Parts: sequence; structure tokens; C-alpha cells
Amino acid sequence: MGYDSKKIEDFKNVWVFCEQRQGKLMNTDFELLSEGRKLANDLGVKLVGLLLGDKVEGLAKELGSYGADEVVLCESELLKDYTTDAYAKVICDVVQDIKPEILLFGASNIGRDLAPRCAARLHTGLCADCTHLDIDVPQYKEFLRANSTLDVDGTKWDEGDRNLKMTRPAFGGHLMATIICPRFRPAMATVRPGVLKKAAPDQAKADAVQIVRPNFSLEASDLKTTVLAVEKAAKELVDLIGADFIVSVGRGIAADVEKGKKIAEDLANELGGVVGGSRAAIDSGWLSADRQVGQTGKTVHPKVYVALGISGAIQHKVGMQDSECIIAVNKNSAAPIFEVADYGICGDLFTVGPMLTEAIKAAKAAK
Amino acid sequence: MKIIVCVKQVPDTSGKVAVNPDGTLNRASMQTIINPDDMNAVEAALSMKDETGCEVVVVTMGPPPAEGMLRELLAMGADRAVLISGREFGGSDTYATSQILAAGIKKIGIDKDDIIFAGRQAIDGDTAQVGPQMAEKLGIPQITYAAEIKKDGDSITVKRMLEDGFMMIKMQTPCLVTCIKELNSPRYMSIGGIMTAYEKPLEIFDYAALKDDPLIDLDTIGLKGSPTNIFKSFTPPQKGAGVMLEGADKNTCAKLANILAEKHVI
Repeated sequence: MGYDSKKIEDFKNVWVFCEQRQGKLMNTDFELLSEGRKLANDLGVKLVGLLLGDKVEGLAKELGSYGADEVVLCESELLKDYTTDAYAKVICDVVQDIKPEILLFGASNIGRDLAPRCAARLHTGLCADCTHLDIDVPQYKEFLRANSTLDVDGTKWDEGDRNLKMTRPAFGGHLMATIICPRFRPAMATVRPGVLKKAAPDQAKADAVQIVRPNFSLEASDLKTTVLAVEKAAKELVDLIGADFIVSVGRGIAADVEKGKKIAEDLANELGGVVGGSRAAIDSGWLSADRQVGQTGKTVHPKVYVALGISGAIQHKVGMQDSECIIAVNKNSAAPIFEVADYGICGDLFTVGPMLTEAIKAAKAAK
Repeated sequence: MKIIVCVKQVPDTSGKVAVNPDGTLNRASMQTIINPDDMNAVEAALSMKDETGCEVVVVTMGPPPAEGMLRELLAMGADRAVLISGREFGGSDTYATSQILAAGIKKIGIDKDDIIFAGRQAIDGDTAQVGPQMAEKLGIPQITYAAEIKKDGDSITVKRMLEDGFMMIKMQTPCLVTCIKELNSPRYMSIGGIMTAYEKPLEIFDYAALKDDPLIDLDTIGLKGSPTNIFKSFTPPQKGAGVMLEGADKNTCAKLANILAEKHVI
């Protein structure tokens, strides 16, 4: 059978590309499998993990524990380190052969390199950096009721519509758009890390996972690039996405950057959390890029998010507004950050910051 | 050797953004800028030109006023510019856009030692998809998220950033590289550059100019040829503002700490 992305009836099952680096699976894989499980259940089809690498069979069970019925496993020495050429060739060959109806990738630097290359070759649609996915129209309507100002009940809906509805922020977070790929398959999306919830692993599912080894061909001559080295970052990177407490700084620390950072660190240490920053703080070189919260940085949802001297541009808010509790300290009472804050203090971070650290220390001691 | 740089004129989403009642963007009310990551791509090309004397061609797809942006880039030091513009191209998603840009680049011509630079992503869509999709349509290799680029002979070596480190990758030319802000600091226009910007060649490729390319088919470009469609667009609801605490002193902080303690968040 030839491959024709327009013959949508030929395509079946939900696939998740499961990225591994140096033989270790990524957290995003588990988030995507957990979400993919729901989509597969909605469609009444199988959930399949797509795993590429060199000697990575041992990872298959872990993928099963997060909901994969099957793992499509492609192993080769040429797949040890990620290269666009090798990964795109193997994925496209296998997809053209087995024909999944949905293909999801984590929106990592690798996923966002690989997915568009594949979508272009497969002649199908790809939605970038999604934050929400739906199949069922009633569920999608529920989502809109909670997250939009649209007149959901005054709109005419095709309740039987089974297209994957891929929702994402656009225009720096000013707009949300739901994208569909109605005429081609697979419907493809990259999904933002840290946004979808990962389910609890299930050992029974892990033991039941089926491994499928498809045919593919890959020669050294298929690679137009050579990986000379893969280096880990020299310093320990901060885990903003997994943090329960984040203290972020913005342009407000400009008057004394070192002091402002110290105040944020002290408060973060007292809370047992980490320091983040707005785009202004990262672009000014005050903090490293791994600490950036926002549309072009990371999306976080800690228990407590403290914004010190951050005005609250929309591109920042889109990355932190789903935090459980937001505390904002800013000299300007009209700063937009107060629009999303649960608790606002209009004051100077250089004086309020240390007082807040002391107050939290005292409140904890009093417990 | 030449370098082709793909750039995009975008609304300045960091400023005030007006949204129409129907949930679409009021573009007329917005300032336009050259997409920030694209400026790093332009700088990468111009510094390679400083080193090797190669030719730099800037190319964009957009409405006729995008010519102003191209003139600015000519003033910065680019040698010639191409504006791809036509009603048939409107409404294209990333797939359709990459087909049109790839056809435009084929018309400019890619030789064995040529390189295409683009920004990592544009601040209006934030997709980062057009670069890789273009590379695929042109059948050339790609490296995204470039933080360092070195040319040597018929290959380039690129430091490609990952979230947890980086890779050093060697790639044959012709090839495509997408650039991030860590790569360099973009230069300004020079007075001399501004004087000569209007004398440098600026070509316009419309639908008629590109239609003979196999990539250009009314079924694979524009709104109708785009595999993805917008199902709904909406503005996120503003989260209700919480409590503005009175004062900014020790008492205020103590009150807040106690609320957190009562709610068992600390």
C-alpha cells in the first residue's frame, strides 16, 4: 500500500515520539503518554510509544507503565546521538508504513527540530508548542467554558467531530488558538513540557507492553551532519518546571542587580525553592537562560510564585499564571502583574523582599 | 559563496496589543518590527561577509510594506533583497509558507557552498517550524538553535543548544541554520549604508514569478493549501485579581506569611 496523507481512513492509533538522551527518557515522554492515553481512549484505539536509539529496548517497559500498549522500537548505532537526518528518515519511513492517525512530540529543542522536518516530508499539518489537546467536542466545550470568553452554548457544534483539537498561545500569549488538521494524517503536534499532567505509573501496564520492531533502513550516507560532541551544561541547571516554589525577579532589580538576586535567593532558600526571572532579567544577562519564565522561556505551575519587580508583560504571565498562589511585589500599583496576583504588595522589593523572608521564617517557626 | 537570510516582519507583541471583538488581532493598531531572532541571523550573515567577502541576500514573504524592512537590512550591509509577495500566498500556515519560501530560494539559486540563515522562531506565531520545513523542501540539512557558527571549507561547525547542554555538529553545505540570540549582538545601520540602501537591488517575486516551480500549486499554498486550519481563536480570560495588601511593611509581610501558613502552603 502506498502512502497518501489525504487518505485519512488508512490511519489508526495514537503515537508518541519518546525522546531519550544518553539512554534516559525525558519527563515529557511520560506527560505525553499520559495525555495520549486519554486521546487513544476517546478514539477507541491503541497508544503507541515510538522509541529510537541505540540499545534502548530496556526503556520500553517504563513507557508501558505510563499507558503505552505498544512500543515501536527502532535501534541502530546511527541513532545513538540525535541527528535530524537519521531520526527524520527512520520516523518518516515507519510512519509511512504503519500510518498512525496522531503523532505527538515533546516541544523540546530536539522535538521542535524533528517534528517540522517530518511533517514537511509526510505532507501533513503540525501545530507547535501546544498546551492543551482534545478529541471529544463535549470535553473541548468544557475546556472553552473554563478558559475562554467565547459563547460556547450560542455556537453551533458538530458533536461528532473527531479531529484532534490542538490549543496553544499565539502572539506572545495575547491570543489562544485551537488548530485542527482536518484533511491530512497523521495530525501532528509538539507539546510544551511541564504543562500536561503525568499519570501514576502502573506496573501491570509495564509488564504487558508489546514491542514491535518495524523494518527500516538507515545508512551512514543518509547523514549529512556529524555529531562531534555532546556536552552537558557545566553548571547544574535549575529545574523550574518541577519546582514547588519559585521566586522570580524582573527589571525591578536593575538599581542593584547583585543585591536583588541575593534577596530573591534568600527568599527562595527559605521557601525551599528556586530563582527564576522575566525575559528582561535574562536578556540583561542577570540570570542564565534556563531560569526564564514565560512564552519564550518555561511554563511553570509551582505552589507559590513570587514575582519581585516584574511588571507582568503578557508573555511573562502566560508562563506563570497557572501557579497555585501568586505573590507580587512591585513599586507601581498599576503594574499588570497585580491582575494575576492572589496577593499583591505595592512596595520596593529591596525592602519588602527581606521582610517577607523574615516573616516566612517566623511563621514557619511558630507552627 | 552566498548567504541567504530569511526574515519576517512581525507585530511587536511586547508592546500593547489590541484584540478585535471577534478574537482576531487588530494588526493595524500595532507597531511592526523585524523579528528579533532574525536580526541574529542577519548579523551572522554579515559577520561571515566581513570575514569572507561573500554575498548576503535577504528574503522575506509578506505584504508590500515589508519592503521598508528589507531596505533597513540593505542599509545594515546586505547586498540584495527579495520580497515574496502575492495574494495567493496569504493565509499560509508553516507548511505552505515553507513551500513558497523554498520556491523563492530556488529561484535565487543555491550553490554548493551556500548557507541559509533564519531566526529560530518569530514572535507572532512562535512555531520555529518554517526553518526546518524549508530545509526539507529544499532537500538540504539543517541545524537549529545555533549559538556559534564556524565556516571551514565546504562544511560548517555549529554549537547547537539543548536544554541541558549543547552539541557540536559539523554539517555539509548547502545547508540551513536557525539562530538564537546567544549567537551575537546585531549591528546597527550605518550612515553610509543608509545612503546606498536605495541603490541596491530589491526584487519582487509574485505568484507569476514562482508558479512554474513544482512546489507552487494552488492546492499547496495559501489558506486553501495549508494542512492546518484555525478551529477557534479566543482571548484567555483574565484571572480575577486577588487581594491587594495594605501597606508594605513588616506587618504586611507577617500577615501574608500567616495566610500562607494557615493554607499549609509553607
